[in-house]
Amino acid sequence: MKAEISNTVLKTLNLSIGYRKKNVVNNVASDINIEIKPGELVAVIGVNGAGKSTLLKTLSGITQPIDGEVFINELKLSKTEPDKLAKQISLVLTEQNISKNLSVIELVALGRQPYTNWIGSLTRKDLKKIMNAIQLVNIENIKNKKCNELSDGQFQKVLIARALAQETSMIILDEPTTHLDLYHKAYVLKLLQNLSKETNKAIIFASHEINLALQLCDKLVIIKDKKALSGTPAELIQSDALDDLFPEHLIHFDKKTSSFKIK
Amino acid sequence: MLDQKKYTFSIILLFLAVIITALVNISLGSVNIPVTEVTASLLGLDVEKETWNYIIINYRLPKAITAIITGSGLAVSGLLMQTLFRNPLAGPYVLGLSSGASLGVAVVFMGASIFGASFAAILLSKWSLVIASSLGSLIVLFAVILASIRLRDTMAILIIGLMFASLTAAIVSVLAYFSPASQLQQYVFWSYGSLGDLSWEEVFILGIFWIMGLLISIGSIKNLNSLLLGEQYARSLGTNIKKNRFAIIIATSLLAGSITAFAGPIAFIGLAVPHLVRQIIPSANHITLVPAVIFGGAILMLFCDIIAQLPGSEHSLPINAITSLIGAPVVIWLLVRKRKFNF
Repeated sequence: MKAEISNTVLKTLNLSIGYRKKNVVNNVASDINIEIKPGELVAVIGVNGAGKSTLLKTLSGITQPIDGEVFINELKLSKTEPDKLAKQISLVLTEQNISKNLSVIELVALGRQPYTNWIGSLTRKDLKKIMNAIQLVNIENIKNKKCNELSDGQFQKVLIARALAQETSMIILDEPTTHLDLYHKAYVLKLLQNLSKETNKAIIFASHEINLALQLCDKLVIIKDKKALSGTPAELIQSDALDDLFPEHLIHFDKKTSSFKIK
Repeated sequence: MLDQKKYTFSIILLFLAVIITALVNISLGSVNIPVTEVTASLLGLDVEKETWNYIIINYRLPKAITAIITGSGLAVSGLLMQTLFRNPLAGPYVLGLSSGASLGVAVVFMGASIFGASFAAILLSKWSLVIASSLGSLIVLFAVILASIRLRDTMAILIIGLMFASLTAAIVSVLAYFSPASQLQQYVFWSYGSLGDLSWEEVFILGIFWIMGLLISIGSIKNLNSLLLGEQYARSLGTNIKKNRFAIIIATSLLAGSITAFAGPIAFIGLAVPHLVRQIIPSANHITLVPAVIFGGAILMLFCDIIAQLPGSEHSLPINAITSLIGAPVVIWLLVRKRKFNF
């Protein structure tokens, strides 16, 4: 029993997510029980407003859960200090308020902050980790560029490299494929798949790219009707969980090809 | 490998430039003293004329030190504000900190007569001026921060800063309306800004606030860097957002408040120096930016003071006007020429 727990990076226990505004609790989804193991790539899918971002924000500790508990490597998320949590979870967000005056390498280097001294000076070990992260996402050729010179796809890779440099057992990405063309969407998700296998990190991301996620992910978490279902793509297809994800008059799920089709 | 090392040389050059500008600043004035004599005097060696020594020690040196403190302090608080609000237009003057400080000073100068003579003695001591002024900027900054938490819109923050500026200006006018001419005059002269009226004791008081402000700023360098990614990333990197914001507010209020108390409301330096420095050193890393901005602010202020004292003449101009007259065109020219805003 114990061995099983220690092999789990993320585990939620009867988690309810949502947000509080003054005294009104707005419940987005409840009774969420997910388990993610090292090396797994997990997609969170659901229609707009279903609560994908809320789930990811709760898992990363930005938003407090309404009820239940999140465990990261056996640590209670609600009882973990930010500086300890920074060594467990790294984030890739859609927030566009990042200073584009940073060079690629400077931005990736910020991922080392949980490990650096009071003024943030980088040791040889830090530099090695930074270079390693840059190599893993294959951005050596742009490492000295400023972020304002990059395309959206390149910038996304830089953000992923920064998360890798943070050396955490889990990476959480909020819609990493928005603003990207089809090729780059596939490229980023394929990169995430490779990274989860190479580094044995648990990688969890929210996405609207269901067809790609079905092909690439080890597990999916579907948020629908205030509930979260999780399982392997095959399991979910088998149990017809995908069939009523969207209003059926326009899009339906085609079991033969395991993809969504327009009617 | 990272850019910091590349910029170390630029920072050393900036430091040397501070020393050279300071020497020139001390040497020029209504009486011009050769730079070699200035150096000799500062090193404690014999100087050709004893009057020169007297002028340097009692007038020019405290003024130069005040210029260095004012320029560097305002520039650093501008940098802190720009990073905290992630807004290139932020600065102590724009956000209404200087107006808040002005209000504090106005209450001390003019309120003394309104609240009665017994208050006057307590209120008019030099320490109370600094404390009132720092409190004034602290209150405005807290209000701006509160608004920024609720609004989450950086443009709105600037508008609120401007609103506070006019609000405090209105309160100052009301105070001015009820106060006697002599005290009003005192306040008006203060509001022109001046670096030269400080005694050694006052320079010392200002210096204490300056050092405290700078130390907190230097201690915040790592957290400032994490803020470059936005607050959510900063938190995910282990930064304690509330504590960090509090430290930055305190540092800014100490710097902008104490400087405004002694040197008057000085526009432009806080907003412009970080941008000017970024043009020379295109880095976003605060390990590089903080020292560069300290030296850059000192240089610009010393330079503005050289112009303001109109070398060779008996007259001098208000420093407040000179900083904008010189600085604004420089920033406009740089931005138009580069066509890109490195922020």
